[in-house]
Amino acid sequence: MSDIAALPPLSRSRTKWFAFGALAVAAAAFAFITVGGIGDNLVYYWGPTELVAAGDKAIGATIRLGGQVAKGSIQQARGSELSFAVSDGKATVNVRTKSVPPQLFREGIGVVVEGTMKRDGHFESQRLMVSHGNEYRAPASGEKPDMKKLIESTTGLGEAERSRKP
Amino acid sequence: MADPSRPSPVPGPGAGFAFMGLGASLLAAGSYLGLFVAPRESYMGDVYRIMYAHVPTAWNTMLAFTFAFGAALAFLLSANFKWDARHEAAVEVGVVMAGLLCLQGSIWARPTWGVWWDWDPRLTTTAVMFFAFVGILALRRFVEDPVKRATWSAVATIIAYADVPIVYYSVRWWNSLHQMQSSPETVSAVFVIPLRTNAFGVLFFMTGLITLRTRIASLRLRQEMAPPLPEPAPVLAPGAAR
Repeated sequence: MSDIAALPPLSRSRTKWFAFGALAVAAAAFAFITVGGIGDNLVYYWGPTELVAAGDKAIGATIRLGGQVAKGSIQQARGSELSFAVSDGKATVNVRTKSVPPQLFREGIGVVVEGTMKRDGHFESQRLMVSHGNEYRAPASGEKPDMKKLIESTTGLGEAERSRKP
Repeated sequence: MADPSRPSPVPGPGAGFAFMGLGASLLAAGSYLGLFVAPRESYMGDVYRIMYAHVPTAWNTMLAFTFAFGAALAFLLSANFKWDARHEAAVEVGVVMAGLLCLQGSIWARPTWGVWWDWDPRLTTTAVMFFAFVGILALRRFVEDPVKRATWSAVATIIAYADVPIVYYSVRWWNSLHQMQSSPETVSAVFVIPLRTNAFGVLFFMTGLITLRTRIASLRLRQEMAPPLPEPAPVLAPGAAR
């Protein structure tokens, strides 16, 4: 396989400069996106604090609001309408939506809602999304994991698992 | 090295199939542990089990494109066409993996987030990565001269690779719907074993695919670069004297 190298009339000194050029373009693009100003203008959602601070400027435009569902704020009101408060610990925005919440929707979970800020101070949402954190926990009680079976079937990994336990 | 005018035979497909077999066995073991032995997740229930396919696919997609980047760079620095064959293989396998990644993510997103897709930074940068490398495959198809094809696509891969670290860090740099990277601290120990088993399973399976695809690319390159066949003998008129 290595011998196909010898076949084409290709000068290495010429392709070498292509490598440096391409690396320079890639590095410049990467730097432009990361340390350049573009990152500050890419906003997927606003937090409640930013939304409240924006005041009247936020009214009317289609935006996304992200935060946690405040404790005790979930209410089923007027038929299919659902209302709850989105909080980031500092500010809170009341949200009304007619969309059906996903199964994971509950107090304290992260949500991203898409919609518009109304003049009376509530956020009218057409799209409700639940964001799941990066934690995956086995149930503490009830359904017990069969640790022994797991370790038996993956011998090498079992050692590391046992040594990690205090 | 042997006489360059008589290239040594391309190695057989044995190694590639061996890698795929090893990967498939690990995937079978890891998926069994993940689907039948590991408990449900506290909040997501059984839905979380798609993690055992999605997370290994994500890690290995990035590895495939990283290998493609390395191969593209190695080709330009060495002008050795074995790196062009590896580059082609890694981009193609990486594109298949990235496509699977988006499908799996969508299937997982619907029951957890409530939507199939949203233009959040992680999903958007991943889509850009997918289409950039699809474009490189198209570029390779359009260019007939093997030298130009190898050089241009290597340059394109190096530039497109700038997006790969952005995909990885997108969940840290920007607000996103997608969760941040998990670590052993955020994942219960019982979930870690099937996850790692499947990660190595996908890694070996993918290595086998890249090995086999490299072989195909090498054989094709050799055919393209073979010296032209000798002129056909002139057709003799019937009855001509011999």
